[in-house]
Amino acid sequence: MRCAESLRVQAYFDAELDPLSADQIERHIELCAECRALFQDLQLVRTTLRRDLEFERAPAALRARIHEALDHSPAAQVRRTPPARPPLRRPFWLGALSGFGGAAVAAMLAFFVLLPARPDPMLDDLVNAHVRSLMPDHLIDVVSTDRHTVKPWFAGHADVSPVVADFESQGYKLVGGRADYFDRQRAAVVVYLHGAHTINVFSWASDRTPAEQSLTRNGYHLQFWNSGNLEYCAVSDTGWEELHGLVKLLKDQE
Amino acid sequence: MDELRSRFEVQVLPHLDAAYRFARWLSYSPADADDVVQEAILRAFRSFDSLRGSDVKSWLLVIVKNCHFTAAKQRQRRDTVPLPDESDLKDGHAMISQMPDPERAALWRDEAKTWERLLSSLPEEQRTVLWLREIEELDYAQIAAVIGVPLGTVMSRLARSRAALKAKWLKEAEDSQHAVR
Repeated sequence: MRCAESLRVQAYFDAELDPLSADQIERHIELCAECRALFQDLQLVRTTLRRDLEFERAPAALRARIHEALDHSPAAQVRRTPPARPPLRRPFWLGALSGFGGAAVAAMLAFFVLLPARPDPMLDDLVNAHVRSLMPDHLIDVVSTDRHTVKPWFAGHADVSPVVADFESQGYKLVGGRADYFDRQRAAVVVYLHGAHTINVFSWASDRTPAEQSLTRNGYHLQFWNSGNLEYCAVSDTGWEELHGLVKLLKDQE
Repeated sequence: MDELRSRFEVQVLPHLDAAYRFARWLSYSPADADDVVQEAILRAFRSFDSLRGSDVKSWLLVIVKNCHFTAAKQRQRRDTVPLPDESDLKDGHAMISQMPDPERAALWRDEAKTWERLLSSLPEEQRTVLWLREIEELDYAQIAAVIGVPLGTVMSRLARSRAALKAKWLKEAEDSQHAVR
């Protein structure tokens, strides 16, 4: 007989719970031996899967074939942008998702339309800079897994000097740094790899003291935080839990 | 290059590796995966105009999945003589590889590491949901969108597949101990 909380323990492990429920589950895990064992199993499966599985990349020949095919493909029909859809309630898309194909895609789009677009152009800049960095050869200016190489490099190439550290044993491998022009200054970008995913950590001087903030844009997660007069933002398509893991490690360095 | 094309390259092509990995994960052979990815990208390009401010990665993975099922159905029509009556099934997808397929298992038996082989021996619906969570790091809502099932189903499938994987690993560890003795 499995503990009735096992699904919520899993949801806690996957960072899907709101803070209140997460609190309840943390307390439950301390009391319930079965759920404690379950939690350890979940960690074991995750750690070993991420360690042992190959992260393949699309072969160059396939890339070339796709570019060639796109050259000969009729472009999407350009329609005038219709007015934004009226907001739909969440139960609608959940229900619609139990169907397949078109309904699911349409429902998914409806769901994301629900999330209000923040007017802040800074978010667009960050996401665009992250996406640009994923194109071949745009990622890194200084390639190094050694923080003693990356950190001094910023002195000559960026206006700020951020925290740089390697967390390979925790699953976040330092791969290098880059300077990006951002918020009217040369921002420092430290690049980490987490499994198959790239995480860009942007940092720039800021005299505002905005609250910590987590938000999602175009499928990328952004986590903002401040330290001294630096504003940081980590951007990636990892899960939240994985992104917050790196942010916590970086904060602990300060 | 026109504006739509360059927007497509900036927004969608960064997810090409994820699309490729997912297609490899779903398909029997690398050649099939290549075809599925190419078809998916072209389809995505044709419908790119309808995408506005949404989650590009899940959107692309949905298209990859649909292309995979279309290709798998076509292959099945070619390969099998009498076609099962599709109308008996709730949806056509149910007839495609619900069981771990021996071809795939054989392909990986030799060179792959234990966990990759164990994962590939799970039924398709279980290994896919686990792949999307642990490797592509999608959240529950994104996984629900990609595979087209309700959130609750994502949670129970994930729980089942994680438990099954752990059990297979334990069994393997026991067997190899017996072999040593």
